[in-house]
Amino acid sequence: MTDKVSITLRVNGASYSISVEPRRSLADALREDCGLTGTHLGCEHGACGTCTVLVDGIPVRSCLMFAVQLNDEEVRTVEGLANGEVLHPLQKQFWENHGLQCGFCTPGFLMLAAGALEADPDLTDEDLRELLSSNLCRCTGYQNIIKAVTLAAAEMRK
Amino acid sequence: MSWIGRSLPRLEDPALVKGAGAYVADLARGAAAVRFVRSPVASGKILNIEKPEEGIVFTAADLDGVKGIKPILNRPDYVPVEQPILARDRVVFAGQAVAVVVADDHATAEDLAEQVFLDIEPYDAVLDVDFALTAGAPSVHEQATGNVLVEGKVRTSGLDAAFEQAAATIRMEIRSRRQAAMPLETRGGLAQYDRASGRVTLFASVQMPHMLRTGIADVLGMPEADLRVVAPDVGGGFGQKMSLFPEYVMLVWLAIRLRRNLAWIEDRRENLMASTHSRDQAFTVAGAFSADGMLLGLDADMRSNVGAFSCYPVTCGVEPLMALAELPGPYAFKEYGARSRGVTTNTCMMAPYRGVSRPTLTFAMERLMDVAARRLGLDPVEIRRRNLVNTFPHRTPTGLIYDEGSYRASMELAVAAIDLPSFRQRQEHEWEKGRYFGFGLSVFNERTGYGTPAYAARAMDIVPGYEIVDCAMDPSGSVQVRIGSSPHGQGLKTSLAQLVADELGVAPQVIKIIAGDTDATPYGWGTFASRSMVIAGGASKLAAGKVASKLKVIAATLLEAEVDRIDLIDGFARVRESNKNVPIPDLARAAYHQSHKFPGIGAGLHENAIYDPTGTFSNACHASIVEVDIETGHVKIERFVVVEDAGVLINPMIVDGQIHGGVAQGIANALYEEIVYDEVGNCLTTSLADFLPPTMLEIPTIEILHSYTTSDASITKAKGVGEGGLIGAPASVINAIVDALSPLGIEIFEMPASPQRILAHIRGKRKA
Repeated sequence: MTDKVSITLRVNGASYSISVEPRRSLADALREDCGLTGTHLGCEHGACGTCTVLVDGIPVRSCLMFAVQLNDEEVRTVEGLANGEVLHPLQKQFWENHGLQCGFCTPGFLMLAAGALEADPDLTDEDLRELLSSNLCRCTGYQNIIKAVTLAAAEMRK
Repeated sequence: MSWIGRSLPRLEDPALVKGAGAYVADLARGAAAVRFVRSPVASGKILNIEKPEEGIVFTAADLDGVKGIKPILNRPDYVPVEQPILARDRVVFAGQAVAVVVADDHATAEDLAEQVFLDIEPYDAVLDVDFALTAGAPSVHEQATGNVLVEGKVRTSGLDAAFEQAAATIRMEIRSRRQAAMPLETRGGLAQYDRASGRVTLFASVQMPHMLRTGIADVLGMPEADLRVVAPDVGGGFGQKMSLFPEYVMLVWLAIRLRRNLAWIEDRRENLMASTHSRDQAFTVAGAFSADGMLLGLDADMRSNVGAFSCYPVTCGVEPLMALAELPGPYAFKEYGARSRGVTTNTCMMAPYRGVSRPTLTFAMERLMDVAARRLGLDPVEIRRRNLVNTFPHRTPTGLIYDEGSYRASMELAVAAIDLPSFRQRQEHEWEKGRYFGFGLSVFNERTGYGTPAYAARAMDIVPGYEIVDCAMDPSGSVQVRIGSSPHGQGLKTSLAQLVADELGVAPQVIKIIAGDTDATPYGWGTFASRSMVIAGGASKLAAGKVASKLKVIAATLLEAEVDRIDLIDGFARVRESNKNVPIPDLARAAYHQSHKFPGIGAGLHENAIYDPTGTFSNACHASIVEVDIETGHVKIERFVVVEDAGVLINPMIVDGQIHGGVAQGIANALYEEIVYDEVGNCLTTSLADFLPPTMLEIPTIEILHSYTTSDASITKAKGVGEGGLIGAPASVINAIVDALSPLGIEIFEMPASPQRILAHIRGKRKA
């Protein structure tokens, strides 16, 4: 064990002053220190993508990043996706199109797609399939995930 | 307006898409962390366990009075084995828990666990199912010489004659390599000790919370009332989260001993090496066919590698006895002989995984049909057409009764959807160009929604099957339905709400389905074996029907009408053919607060019902078209068509979702996923980068069509559909691969048909 380091995380527009060991992953810091448990851990070695969050708009696997690596970057998690009670188009389309079953992988897929579509709203369906293949889902066979993301992409382009 | 049959978006989802779900790890903030120290060897004698000087560490020596887990089958051929909570003298698989540590957070617990030194004298390990059966193989458990833990046999009187009459006898060595269910959320538990009452609450990622409470209470010798088990949001199970695991016993023991809150959240490595595995099966199968392609008889020797222990409560009989009873599948032949053994080895314990044996059984039968068709010069569709059960009810050689289904019709629909004649033309054309496309069929039925009779027939000491449902409408008119099933991603709360809504004439949104909490739900069996829609659904319908009857009496009294002229619809009780009506919430209020006016029916609106059906068989056909790259062994699935017959669909969108997920897991079984041990019993596939679950790029668009055959075997007319996708897909994909490679004369009887295995076949043929 090593001494804890005081850092400030900026997450979903709020500041969290926390004290963490240097080995604390961003995922653990978000979940344990900030109480933002919407970000889930599926493998902790970067294979499943369940823990995907946005760091300055870029999707990252939060299990592979240390909390102390962050300085002024803005972190966005699934808790910051909706606008108050109004669901983000991705959340709405996942719900309406049965894009989730157990829901465990869902936050990772939502943040992956949100980051990619906000950076480039014109991603083709082919691009989206390629992108979404970086995350794993065990329930849906991916059928309704691609459907929901494609519909949300169209909605976001409007 | 009926709610049944509508693709209602799920009531579960708003919380889940907002990240507001509560999975067990989400509840564990602030709890002390528990970490297990696991055996690094597959078999050996524990000589010494050296604990660090500081820190909380327990071993088996600390667990006096704690029993092991000892599942029982009441069969003379069953050898009970006991799984200790922590290994005491012997370790029998790599990954077995030997010690447990507790620290303030999980990183510190991992540090502490690394300081526990295990001195184990390794023994030769028994890993392979057929090696375990050889004379002279070491015994994994001394009471099971020969390593057989359970053995079933069946043989009809005319089997030998069938083989003597046969125009063709097809013999195959079928092999399914070891699989893992791999839910995306691993196992995990949070035990909370209540100082005031002395009770422990165990939140755990499980499928059978009531069974877990019984199992833990038995092992620890405590009253069940002192333990509450809660399955919160559960991130998938697929069978892996059914069993009583030593880790959960340990958590409750630690909570009582240390009087604090503790959590064990399994990591992925533990999940892949030390939770449960499935489908490590080897079948020797012989089929006797007449010259016109009729299957006359089937003879099978089936060996299932059940690993180091027997899983509680379903026991290590779950795969071998399912295999024995259900190998005949959708085919109508008379003579059947089988020997099916559960074989213990120094590997992780076998337990149910979606489909249980039937992916391998279907793989065997569907390969058999294709091989026989080729041998006899028949089309694969035609040989199935001749052999599929087509009159119902049908009694199988093992005494199962198939209720009405659409075995042949569903296959014809699938073949039509593929447009097989056009494909055959194209296939020839592509072969000429050096590209290898193939068509594969898989026809199967799925025994679903079976109650106590089916489990009693298996001689289980614990006979699951029924469901009890409590249905209450409160004075405000909202509804609580308390179920013993325990959904974990199936959308059962939505489907049941739709079913109950139709009974009570209210909207699904006012119906709360309460599940997964032993303090809040009637004793029940959880969610597994494609049972919840049929059984919990049936009990919900019956219980809600009783509440509806009371509402009608109250309405009839208030509206001065005949009871049998009252309809509950769209939130009102209406008198048929009149404009008299009363809002249902007014009836609810009256039931509680004016009960003296309805003396015949008792106060309140709280009813329960039990449903314990014998079971209903859904059926399906999976048809696929694949391309095999003969230079790399890579398989691309071009089309995948499912024709599913699950009777009445309560929520078609949810049903299709179940099929999608099952098919994807089936494709994974067919092509990619495999748990691999090295020669001394170390698990080599302990990360998701090694186990190879498929991504979106490997799973094609799945085209689904439905047939709708109903029977009286299910009072909701719904049949189970949870496992079928996985049961049928491997056989369809591998039949298509073999068809694609037919110019090379390659037969494949092993799954997964990984690129390496396919290439080995191709190279073998080229050398020859």
